[in-house]
Amino acid sequence: MRNALNNVQPAPMLDKTGIARRISQELEDGWYVNLGIGIPTLVANFVPQGIEVTFQSENGILGMGPFPFEGEEDADLINAGKQTITALPGASIFDSATSFAMIRGQHVQLTVLGAMEVSDTGDIANWKIPGKLVKGMGGAMDLVASAENIIVAMMHTNRAGESKLLSQCSLPLTGVNCVKKIVTNLAVLEVTPDAGFRLLERAPGVRVADIQAATAGRLIIPDHVPEMQLG
Amino acid sequence: MQKQVADARAALEGLRSGMTLMLGGFGLCGIPENCITALAESDINALTCISNNAGVDDFGLGLLLHSRQIRKMIASYVGENAEFERQMLDGSLEVDLIPQGSLAERCRAGGAGIPAFFTPAGYGTEVGEGKEVRSFDGKPHILEHALTADFALVKAWRGDTDGNLIYKGTARNFNPVMAMAGRITVAEVEELVPAGTLDPNMIHTPGVFVQRIFQGSRYEKRIEQRTTRPHAR
Repeated sequence: MRNALNNVQPAPMLDKTGIARRISQELEDGWYVNLGIGIPTLVANFVPQGIEVTFQSENGILGMGPFPFEGEEDADLINAGKQTITALPGASIFDSATSFAMIRGQHVQLTVLGAMEVSDTGDIANWKIPGKLVKGMGGAMDLVASAENIIVAMMHTNRAGESKLLSQCSLPLTGVNCVKKIVTNLAVLEVTPDAGFRLLERAPGVRVADIQAATAGRLIIPDHVPEMQLG
Repeated sequence: MQKQVADARAALEGLRSGMTLMLGGFGLCGIPENCITALAESDINALTCISNNAGVDDFGLGLLLHSRQIRKMIASYVGENAEFERQMLDGSLEVDLIPQGSLAERCRAGGAGIPAFFTPAGYGTEVGEGKEVRSFDGKPHILEHALTADFALVKAWRGDTDGNLIYKGTARNFNPVMAMAGRITVAEVEELVPAGTLDPNMIHTPGVFVQRIFQGSRYEKRIEQRTTRPHAR
């Protein structure tokens, strides 16, 4: 696909920041949002102008702000990634049971999290690799089982170049029939109820054929697949 | 009844080998540092510890792992701890991993007299294996049982001699629900004040849940992931 000239140019796909920027376009005014560790955390940097969202961290805070200035870290104020944070004006703090009541009770409108595998029926695997040391699922199983909107942020393929969008997950599951949308370095896809990844958008410069080649699960390709507009 | 005790050693009177403990905290935030140190200095062992995390190698519950005082760990996430890995792999440490929200609710239920509840978390995964499944509004849920403990060890910011507690920041986390679920709940606080001096409107954990309380000392409050942004010029 690439000629010699293109080899010295950036590959036609999004980086992690690009994935986060695309996901930020999904935010709606007034939403409460839980961001997972990794790419999802970056979404907070790209909230569109004119839209107000409140970030929840499941260890027990609504209204999480940016990292503190150097010298102002507070050991009693961290996020679920155990990073020091700040609380914005209007923030609230609560216990872990209340925190998951918000999540389980669907008071939080959007969950964005990473994944190792997603199936074309919306199953997700992101907590355990057999034969490797298990660290635990943390809050991921509660989040995926209950959130109304779940967007997965991930690279389209793993380090070995294998597709992470499958007809069936091979790794132990975190949740079943729960993922609604996936934003990768190559595409935006929607999980349809009758099984299949519907291709919604291509990353800038990426061809439908590239996405087809990188997708192992059932891919539904509409006649027209627009390119993402990252603004 | 006198709830105030002198220190962690006195507060842990009656805590014996083989017992089940709950320990508040998320990561190293809001952990009962003084009680953990007192346990590490004791010869109590074969403990079952219910805690969201297992500390790091040289702090928090990592101290009790290092001295091999824990037989079983019930937690939601146990990374960041090499000694934990060693003991789990050599089979000397039993580990039960539970979704974080289910862990919190199982503690709350234990304290609230609710023996079990249905949750969608873990359905269709290995967490749901062998558990009763019921559908509500077409959505499958699994039955999770309440948790209680012989001792719950919690950490608060301020407390009074009646056991009323106020937490600070996200150090609250699992502490209030675990305080409810201990047959004996020990609260260690940064500042202990006479009963009647805290505003009743501001109490997070009512004293009814707390049997013993003491003012801790030498809080380290270690930060696991120090993240900052540069000062604006």
